[in-house]
Amino acid sequence: MTQNEIFISDKTLKYRKIKSNLVLTFCVIASILTVLPLLYIFFYTTASGFSHLSLDFLIQMPKPVGEEGGGMANAIVGTLILIGLASVIGIPVGILSGIYVAEYSGGIFSNIVKFVTDVLSGTPSIIIGIFAYTVIVLTTGSFSALSGGFALGIIMIPTVTRITEEMLKLVPQSIREASLALGISRWRTTLNIVLKTALPGITTGILLAIARIAGETAPLLFTSFGNQFFSLALNEPIASLPIQIYNYAKSPYTDWHQQAWAGAMVLVMLVFVINLIVRFFTKNKFSSEL
Amino acid sequence: MFINSYPSRSQFGLSFIFSQDWDPVKDKFGALAFIYGTIVSSIIALIISLPISLGVAIFLSEMAGKFLKTTVGFLVEILAAIPSIIFGFWGLFVLVPFMRNSVQPFLEKTLGFIPLFSGANIGTGMLTAGIILAIMITPIISAISRDVIKAIPKSQREAAYALGATRWEAIRMALLNAKSGILGATVLGFGRAVGETMAVTMVIGNRAQISAGLFDPAYSMASVIANEFAEASKTIHVSSLIEVGLLLFVVTFIINSLARILIYSATKKYDAK
Amino acid sequence: MMEEENKNNSEENIEDKFSISTENLSVYFNEKPAIKDINLKVRNKSVTAIIGPSGCGKSTYLRSLNMMHELTPTATVYGSIKINNIDIQEFGVINLRKKVGMVFQKPNPFPTLSIYDNVISGLVYTGRHYKKDLDEKVERCLTASGLWNEVKDRLKVSAMTLSGGQQQRLCIARTIAVNPDIILMDEPTSALDPISTTKIEELVYNLKKEYTIIIVTHNMQQAARVSDHTAFFYLGRLVEYSKTRTIFTNPKEKLTEEYVTGKFG
Repeated sequence: MTQNEIFISDKTLKYRKIKSNLVLTFCVIASILTVLPLLYIFFYTTASGFSHLSLDFLIQMPKPVGEEGGGMANAIVGTLILIGLASVIGIPVGILSGIYVAEYSGGIFSNIVKFVTDVLSGTPSIIIGIFAYTVIVLTTGSFSALSGGFALGIIMIPTVTRITEEMLKLVPQSIREASLALGISRWRTTLNIVLKTALPGITTGILLAIARIAGETAPLLFTSFGNQFFSLALNEPIASLPIQIYNYAKSPYTDWHQQAWAGAMVLVMLVFVINLIVRFFTKNKFSSEL
Repeated sequence: MFINSYPSRSQFGLSFIFSQDWDPVKDKFGALAFIYGTIVSSIIALIISLPISLGVAIFLSEMAGKFLKTTVGFLVEILAAIPSIIFGFWGLFVLVPFMRNSVQPFLEKTLGFIPLFSGANIGTGMLTAGIILAIMITPIISAISRDVIKAIPKSQREAAYALGATRWEAIRMALLNAKSGILGATVLGFGRAVGETMAVTMVIGNRAQISAGLFDPAYSMASVIANEFAEASKTIHVSSLIEVGLLLFVVTFIINSLARILIYSATKKYDAK
Repeated sequence: MMEEENKNNSEENIEDKFSISTENLSVYFNEKPAIKDINLKVRNKSVTAIIGPSGCGKSTYLRSLNMMHELTPTATVYGSIKINNIDIQEFGVINLRKKVGMVFQKPNPFPTLSIYDNVISGLVYTGRHYKKDLDEKVERCLTASGLWNEVKDRLKVSAMTLSGGQQQRLCIARTIAVNPDIILMDEPTSALDPISTTKIEELVYNLKKEYTIIIVTHNMQQAARVSDHTAFFYLGRLVEYSKTRTIFTNPKEKLTEEYVTGKFG
């Protein structure tokens, strides 16, 4: 290389280096930009909500507009009931399909299951709400907690299925072989031995699914509908945290807005805590496997 | 059990034909505004989110040290887990005034000559919806992109460095390889934006109109269902809403299938190695 | 039962009770043969070693004896396998595995179960147990596998707290709890340290009083130490099968001689 050539390549090198650093800086900025809204939302919600959060809030019922105080007890209880209903559908169906796909894969049926799971997980929740509407609300003639739980349950299924499948696949084949070599039948092997081994992972999956449905609003808008009063009846509309927040937020009343912030904070905290727990336990699991 | 989703489709199907027969003119017009609203807001979201998502993905897979990787990664995960009404709520009370008072006037002043940046300055509108959606889909796109980038064997990058590439150039080579996977992630994010309901409903303004101005309020498919379904009493109304739902379902189905094919083919490339 | 002097040619057709034999056994994976036409008769209550270089089909042969290949969709098995002159197909897989136990190369106790529960797992999950007998059974099996003294105070502790060698002995205890007649061992010590290896070899020697043991090993010295008869496999075929002493000191086939003298490995 002549003197000139080296010189020129130096120059382009500088240019390339600058470009490289620019892009990398952009990446860092991008990351900050992403994290920022999260932190902002988190802290804003907490700050706004915290000042209006009180024991009253958790225990009391909503008061008519204009009156001070009141809480979201019915919504909190409602959300818990809906989660319970959803789990009754979501957990068994999800785990069973997860088992089927992981252990008995290869047939046409298991491919169908996989396909439907994928479709279901990509479907917007409001559409699932419409489905629940046509299946339950139209047939029973009224909005009900049952239909809300049904909708949420269906939303849960693909999450639980996928994680069950993944966790089962992580169980080493040698365990299955040991069990079969002892003369234990195939289904017993799957149920008692393999499933038990994968259980911690599956539980975290279920927790994540619960965190997801706790915040779902759209499908509940026309299934469980919402209720200003306390209700435990499964065939009647029931209040839930997200719906309550939505209704209050839309309203023109400031004290309802404040309540909504408190509710939002409870919801965010719930989701945050569940994710934290899940993270903590998956870290533990990996370190113990090392 | 899962096949039960299909009976609902045939039920939709009946309403589909039914409403088409009854009031095609009104219905068609209505649906168009929603389709427009859904697609445009999602496209805006994509335009904003894509570079940022890629930036985050690169940061997490190539640049960050262990501590940052876990913390930032965790935060991004939490961002993905936050329920959409919270985004909507926050959007309504924080982002909307911000848009109304600072951003939109600013944009109007500087770029107002482009018809895009015009329209009623209420705060709620297409642009705001697009921004909220962008925040919501970034975690998805960046998470999948990060996985795809990670899947590329180190040897590729080492080869680039050995040839004297700068950091960015080596990363760019890796990106080119991950192209289809990243594309898949983007499509998936787009699908999520299209189906997103609550956050959009609260900030889009809920006016069924098609307008070039981004500041103008608009309406998305999911939003109209959310707002009107519970109170719709006339069968025509209900069935046309269901028809919108059917359209939404079909659109998301196609988008998600496309995304999965792309992601599958991207990871398959490296499985063979 | 073990009249060593009477055996000059070990392919005797004295059908001892509980012996397992294969006739023209071949196993194909995806149309490619792994083992071909194996004719072998294993003697009752003895230790038979299967030796040969890597990939010669030893494990494949072993695993066909308790029908493990049904787990592999690409495998097809031809030929017949008989226990007491009864074809194993007539037993049914579950019953077969109660008669024929297996110990694997890498110790694989059930990770979520305690030591105690591991031992009885083969009984509990097949519905064959009486609550009162369990304690006694656990002690008996752990004693037979030489583990009792080391774990008797911590039976309810997780099986994963044991060392590799202990885990393998636990697996052996678990296998004999089911009361099989035949125990298959697929390179049981290759993942273990020398001390554990010795302990297990001792164990095998003691177990042969009650069980028929077939042990696959890539370690010739181990075969020489532990077994009464040895079968030498090469490239999927049975080359020679004799009393161990014969195989190692006076093999009939040239190939056998080359292998045992270390000409190839």
